[in-house]
Amino acid sequence: MKKYGKFAALIAIVVGTVLWLATSGATESQSYYKTVPELQKMGGEAYGKHIRVGGDVEAGSIQRVGKEVQFVLVQDTTKLRVAYTGTDPLPDTFKDGAQALADGKLERDGIFRAKTIQAKCASKYEAKPGDLKPGQTAPNINSGKSI
Amino acid sequence: MENLGALAILLAFCVALYATFASVIGRLKAKPFLVVSGERAVYSVWALVTLASGILVYSLITSDFRFAYVAEHSNRTMPMLYKYAAWWGGQEGSLLFWSFLLSTYASVVVFTNRRKHRDMMPWVVGVITTIQTFFLVLNNFVANPFQMLATDKLIVAVPDGNGLSPLLQYPAMAIHPPMLYLGYVGFSIPFAFAIGSLITKQPGDGWIHTTRRWTLVTWLFQSTGVMLGMAWAYHVLGWGGYWGWDPVENASVLPWISGTAFLHSVMMQEKKGMMKVWNIVLVSTTFFLCILGTFLTRSGVVQSVHAFARSEVGKYFVSFLALGIAATLYLILDRLEYLKSEAELESVISRESSFLFNNLILLASCFAVLWGTLFPVISEAATGNKISLDADWYNRLMVPIGLFLLLLTGVGPLFAWRRTSVESLRRNFQYPGIASLVLVGALAAAGVRHPYALISLGFCLFVALTVIMEFYKGAKAIAAKNNFNLLHATAELTQRNTRRYGGYLVHMGIVLMFVGFTGHAFNQAEVKELNKGDTMQVGVYTLRMTDLQQGENENYAWHRATMDVTKNGEPLGTLEPEKRFYKASRQGTSEVGIRQRPNEDLYLNFGGMSDDNQRAVIQAYVFPLVMWIWIGGLVLIGGTLICLVPSKVKMQYARTEVVGYTTQHATVKK
Repeated sequence: MKKYGKFAALIAIVVGTVLWLATSGATESQSYYKTVPELQKMGGEAYGKHIRVGGDVEAGSIQRVGKEVQFVLVQDTTKLRVAYTGTDPLPDTFKDGAQALADGKLERDGIFRAKTIQAKCASKYEAKPGDLKPGQTAPNINSGKSI
Repeated sequence: MENLGALAILLAFCVALYATFASVIGRLKAKPFLVVSGERAVYSVWALVTLASGILVYSLITSDFRFAYVAEHSNRTMPMLYKYAAWWGGQEGSLLFWSFLLSTYASVVVFTNRRKHRDMMPWVVGVITTIQTFFLVLNNFVANPFQMLATDKLIVAVPDGNGLSPLLQYPAMAIHPPMLYLGYVGFSIPFAFAIGSLITKQPGDGWIHTTRRWTLVTWLFQSTGVMLGMAWAYHVLGWGGYWGWDPVENASVLPWISGTAFLHSVMMQEKKGMMKVWNIVLVSTTFFLCILGTFLTRSGVVQSVHAFARSEVGKYFVSFLALGIAATLYLILDRLEYLKSEAELESVISRESSFLFNNLILLASCFAVLWGTLFPVISEAATGNKISLDADWYNRLMVPIGLFLLLLTGVGPLFAWRRTSVESLRRNFQYPGIASLVLVGALAAAGVRHPYALISLGFCLFVALTVIMEFYKGAKAIAAKNNFNLLHATAELTQRNTRRYGGYLVHMGIVLMFVGFTGHAFNQAEVKELNKGDTMQVGVYTLRMTDLQQGENENYAWHRATMDVTKNGEPLGTLEPEKRFYKASRQGTSEVGIRQRPNEDLYLNFGGMSDDNQRAVIQAYVFPLVMWIWIGGLVLIGGTLICLVPSKVKMQYARTEVVGYTTQHATVKK
């Protein structure tokens, strides 16, 4: 049985090391996915945590103040002030009304300081129901289903 | 036309379902006609799915924008190559592509085994057609590629489509998904054979011999796919990396890792009759990871903020995975007795043991990556918070694991079976060990302080030397015996045992890739806003912007900088990083300017225009040794191809089995 003891010890060392590597410092590597209303709900818990928050860029809210770009993310009437402090230029898709994902931390002053911003525009032919002119119906993808 | 396509996949679904039942019932009731009709049904499924695929591709290349799929993934101005590539550019099309590949593989399997494995084949066909049926359910009822755009029940065409995501409009990207899918789908075949052999309790390891080539070819496709993905990320995404532990990347590498473990541990079964349960578990794991990978890449479960419950295909994939895994587990547990090992582990320093640890480490890393990838889903279920883990977490975990594997790559193949003598350890490892210690010492003296980089380069040299010594020793013996020169002898040596020496070459490829990965420790980066005539400095290079232009064509608008590169005053040419903004999809892409050399790459990205729209933001990087990743990848592909060539000398593996003991010598009666 002695040799199985050796194997067991080696396996335990390997598995233990992997577990140790996986758990040590895992908290610094975690980032929370939140929508704007969810972030609001977190309250004081949110401070200091690495958070990715998603929402729509409020029309007319984008301002440049020195090196910072400030804007408001909005979802379901809940708003969040965001300041972008990163060095990379903002994506071309970052515009009024775009969906944006800000990566950073919420500061005590209620402003979300983002290190990176990802943004996505609504694509060309996917018209939102609200954008249609009166008398026009939404393209119904399913009604043409053959068979 | 669209009706014909839709009809074809509906019929294919019915026929695939029939094939499953015909094969299984035919086998159980011993009705050969049913079994044969099941096999013919496999061919019909192929014909029907091919017809449907043909119609979809035809509508893509003729820009028939009445098709919702075409409108979403193609447009008029796209080059022809990408119109074909749009077949796998979106969810509906790529699932149809899955079905197409699976039915093609299935037909090949049925054809090549038409006179072999008669006992097991009905089950193999049954398993494959079950998988086929699942995908055809998705094709027909969940993600139908033949949906038409309509207004008030009238089918209409939109004037132009969205176009394929511009990030995908890159040649490597047009072949990257097919490669990965060929790999993903391919593992269905060894899995089906494993299950077939389990159900019929086949003696021996027929399923492994039959599917060895399949597994290798599939693994080759997967490796190529993963590497093309890396090359694409490096050349197109503009952030200068090749691997970011993104869920989609993880999805592609997970089955590759478990597949690698499988390729190694089957050798244990072939030679020693060990690890039989383990091999079945591994091939099943790999197959289910392939399904999971398809699911992750196609449904967007992990990357978007809250998509898990919403994803339409998600429910189907999760149910299929749950049922499949449960059924496989039941089968394995039910047949444990028949999978008993024929030999035991003897010594910690032996080939068996190195395979054991290779498998342990590969599986641990596979589990770790899976855990990290699914962590948002797990944490949401456990705590209600969707939490993701960043690339640092993966690196902290995977770098040491990778280094340990690299070391095993070198020592494992040189350990003897059963146990290894101290003398043979000394003989095999003395010179490589000394040489790599010298290298590490020299590098440390030269000022390299990064511990992982030192370890990695040391191990790389060690493994490379052991591989070279193996070739040299074998070739020298052949050269002396046959009076060949050394080069000829090396070729002869490789031909005699392609599996072994091809395997060494694959290991060499891995070593070269690690050399490339190690370069990451010495990356340099600079960002600067430049106007015409301005200069910047990165590493040893001086960059001067000689021109800044913009323009547009029908597909995209662009900004381009022309940068003169000099090193110590000596001109090295110009690089032209470019930023594009595609009109149809409203997405931006980067066309980076790279000067690739074996020692280091100079990598320029056009970050964008400055806030006042006057200057260009140039991100300049120096990435040492990156080229070795691509070279290593090619060596790996070459090595795998050599493994696939049959050996000149037919090798029969002699099992070392203990049949019984004799207490006294038999005396021969006179």
